[in-house]
Amino acid sequence: MLAILDYKAGNQTSVRRALDHLGIPCVITADPAVIAGAHGVIFPGVGAAGQAMNELLTTGLDKVLKDQVQAGKPLLGICVGCQIMLDYSQENDTKALGIVPGECRLFNAAWTEEDGRPIRVPHMGWNRIVQKRPCELLKGIEPEAEFYFVHSYYPAPPESYVIATCTYGEEFCAIHGGPGLWAVQFHPEKSGRPGLALLRNFYAYCKEASRA
Amino acid sequence: MLSKRIIPCLDVRNGRLTKGVKFEGNVDIGDPVETARRYYEQGADEIVFYDITASHEDRGIFLDVVERVASEIFIPFSVGGGINTVEDMRAVLVAGAEKVSVNSGAVKNPDIISQGAAAFGSQAIVVGMDVKQVEKSATIPSGYEIVIHGGRKFMGMDAIEWAKTCEALGAGELCVNSIDADGTKDGYELTLTRLIADAVTIPVIASGGAGSPAHMYDAITRGGATAALIASIVHYGQYTIPDLKRQISDMGAKLRMVW
Repeated sequence: MLAILDYKAGNQTSVRRALDHLGIPCVITADPAVIAGAHGVIFPGVGAAGQAMNELLTTGLDKVLKDQVQAGKPLLGICVGCQIMLDYSQENDTKALGIVPGECRLFNAAWTEEDGRPIRVPHMGWNRIVQKRPCELLKGIEPEAEFYFVHSYYPAPPESYVIATCTYGEEFCAIHGGPGLWAVQFHPEKSGRPGLALLRNFYAYCKEASRA
Repeated sequence: MLSKRIIPCLDVRNGRLTKGVKFEGNVDIGDPVETARRYYEQGADEIVFYDITASHEDRGIFLDVVERVASEIFIPFSVGGGINTVEDMRAVLVAGAEKVSVNSGAVKNPDIISQGAAAFGSQAIVVGMDVKQVEKSATIPSGYEIVIHGGRKFMGMDAIEWAKTCEALGAGELCVNSIDADGTKDGYELTLTRLIADAVTIPVIASGGAGSPAHMYDAITRGGATAALIASIVHYGQYTIPDLKRQISDMGAKLRMVW
């Protein structure tokens, strides 16, 4: 069973619908005991980093998340969830969770696309990712697959944490983390078949990890 | 590089797919959920649903369609038609849409754009604008005027100025529909699309006039649009979405080709 973290800045329902479609048992919850009993945790997020962090701090879920990571529970951050797993976000000048080192930065509107035109911010739509190191999440997914992004800020962890990058004006980190602790800037729950495959891979990893 | 998007638009009336606003009689052409799922499986990059239900009572049927779509397709979709308040926006977003499209509701009350952006984020707010070409004048310096009610009512607003206003109010995206080109299948209104794409920094969807892959290619290249909206050329089987995408991609545009 996967726990989808329930807080006000999440797109929990979209994630739940995708998992339901895949037949993956899941629950939207803020209950620490339920989260502790899950095979893995999905940490979604939409909106602004500052508000998302406030929600986590007010509810104490920041500590719940950190404890679970400490205990080795697999975690998948999505979008704003991916961003606030880092130390800091430029959005609302936010001190974030610090589960992974690095900061989250605003796209530079002076960057240009391959056609020479300035990039439009937010980065909204489908884009390819380039895998930089092996990752169970991407197992079986074609390198040409694209994912759906909607964001104005991008994660910038140290290079050793970068699993895949995307290019929008310049190259930025699209997946960061390491085994069992992952974060994706795009929305797998809205990325069609490749996105669903990524979620299925995450669940398979979680089940495997809980057996080990 | 970001892929350009191909977006089929589905008009829904009383829970059924119809031929659309412009046609008298609103002929039933299928089940919207079934059709959306087919387009999703065929590589549509996003889907737009437009509620043309006449009565308030039928709104519930439409929201039910939105919910069923949300549990069957896993790409973004937006919903428009009859959006006049933040509560209308909330209802379709809660039902599972990523984005909500507001058109005449924003013309009558521009504040709904900023209220929606504050409540749900700019990425969730699309402003649809219906535009007609007119004589250039002091009020309409670009020669493109905003219209509502399917083009029957002229609003005395310049389309380029309105586009900038929408962006300033927090719209995340603009869908620019040429009433002159709509239904002609002669191609999108490229001058209008380009003028608006150059006037704002948010993404612009070209709408109205798609009759061939070349038209779509023109909209996302010369027209400066980041997406092309299509309707009848796929609804009646003239093209499939994979046909269109392959041909446009072969012309040199960057599209999502694996789905």
